Amino acid sequence: MKNIHVSTTINGDEAEFVCAPEETLLDSLRNRLGLSGAKEGCGTGDCGACTVEMDGRLVCACLVLGAEAEGTQIKTVEGMAIGEGLHPLQQAFIDHAALQCGICTPGILVAAKNLLERNPDPTDTEVRYWLAGNLCRCTGYDKIIKAVQIAAADMRGA
Amino acid sequence: MQYMKPHTAAEASDILARNAGAARILAGGTDLLVQLRSGMTEPDMIVDIKHLEGMRDITPEEGGLRIGAGVPGQQIGEHDGARAMWPGVVEACELIGSTQIQGRCTMVGNLCNGGPAADSVPAMIAAGAVARIEGPDGSRDCPVEEFVTGPGKTVLEKGEFVSSVFLPARPKGASDAYLRFIPRTEMDIAVASAGVNIELGDDGTVRSARVALGAVGPRVILVPDAADAITGSKLEDPAIAALVKACEAASSPIADKRGTVEFRTTVAGVLAKRAARIAMDRAAARA
Repeated sequence: MKNIHVSTTINGDEAEFVCAPEETLLDSLRNRLGLSGAKEGCGTGDCGACTVEMDGRLVCACLVLGAEAEGTQIKTVEGMAIGEGLHPLQQAFIDHAALQCGICTPGILVAAKNLLERNPDPTDTEVRYWLAGNLCRCTGYDKIIKAVQIAAADMRGA
Repeated sequence: MQYMKPHTAAEASDILARNAGAARILAGGTDLLVQLRSGMTEPDMIVDIKHLEGMRDITPEEGGLRIGAGVPGQQIGEHDGARAMWPGVVEACELIGSTQIQGRCTMVGNLCNGGPAADSVPAMIAAGAVARIEGPDGSRDCPVEEFVTGPGKTVLEKGEFVSSVFLPARPKGASDAYLRFIPRTEMDIAVASAGVNIELGDDGTVRSARVALGAVGPRVILVPDAADAITGSKLEDPAIAALVKACEAASSPIADKRGTVEFRTTVAGVLAKRAARIAMDRAAARA
């Protein structure tokens, strides 16, 4: 087993790491790079807790090999806030109680941000379908959908 | 385990041939990674083919479209040409998994798994799609309906892999549709499914059709009797009744926790009927 050297871009910054061939991107992010925002829920691509963006598309980091990150652009929840200033989605989730235990939250924030970049004014149904791969066992989704819509309105106004 | 990133199809094929049974192809990885992590498969080698030429491209070819083995579902959904020409294939691809899975899952991977409930496969078979296979002796083509030979089994031989799927050109007045039944509204595996492709004649009757059913047998099946039932018709009631009967007769599903034999058989007929009507409306709109 030969370790692999990977050069990639994470949240706009160049990053390098060494990983085992069978290692997932999720493990590389968490254990090699200290980016523990993406969570492991199911490990089979069903729950979305490990959602990150790879070359502009949402992926489950648990279903990507670390080695596949070579030459790609990765975005994680750690890149959402600018300094102390939270992203409007993050602020809306706090203000409108759209999280409880918080395990699903980083994945939902990354997925919702990607949606609003493609569609700044989605319907509730569009938000629900987009986030169907992000499971939450605490809030019951209503507050999540409302917070995404409040953030979307805020971002359209800005 | 080794991770390999070949630069040519010949190199990929060579690695596969020299490590027969011990090497697995990686494109979108949405099935392979699940199998790796659960211990269902323990390959010595992962061969990532996404970096081969054309793998991530949707390329116009002879009036049709060639879709590379690394093209994710979301990219197919974003392609206006594909949506206009083969809306049934596109809607089938877009039903695979969540948004996150759509960011990675490929039509070719869906086919190569050999699953009877794979969403894109009935639509591809109805479309008359052709898989391009690369191997030690160069490339060959295989109609999608002949590609899967049984659950998880395909015609791929030692050193071979699928590099793309070709969706043929469309005349005017032709379109397709795909429907599946799942017990919830999103993110589930088809209990039964149907893909229908219709080409209309100048008089508005069906000149030719292809009907394919998923999840009602060990592999996705083409049902020529169902196509014959609607050929020459405008989908009047007797033609639709004959289509449904042919679909039910062709179904040989298993009973499991997701549906009984009777339920799957009935639903396959209903879905084929509805998909035929959608395909008909779409074809008329393109006449």
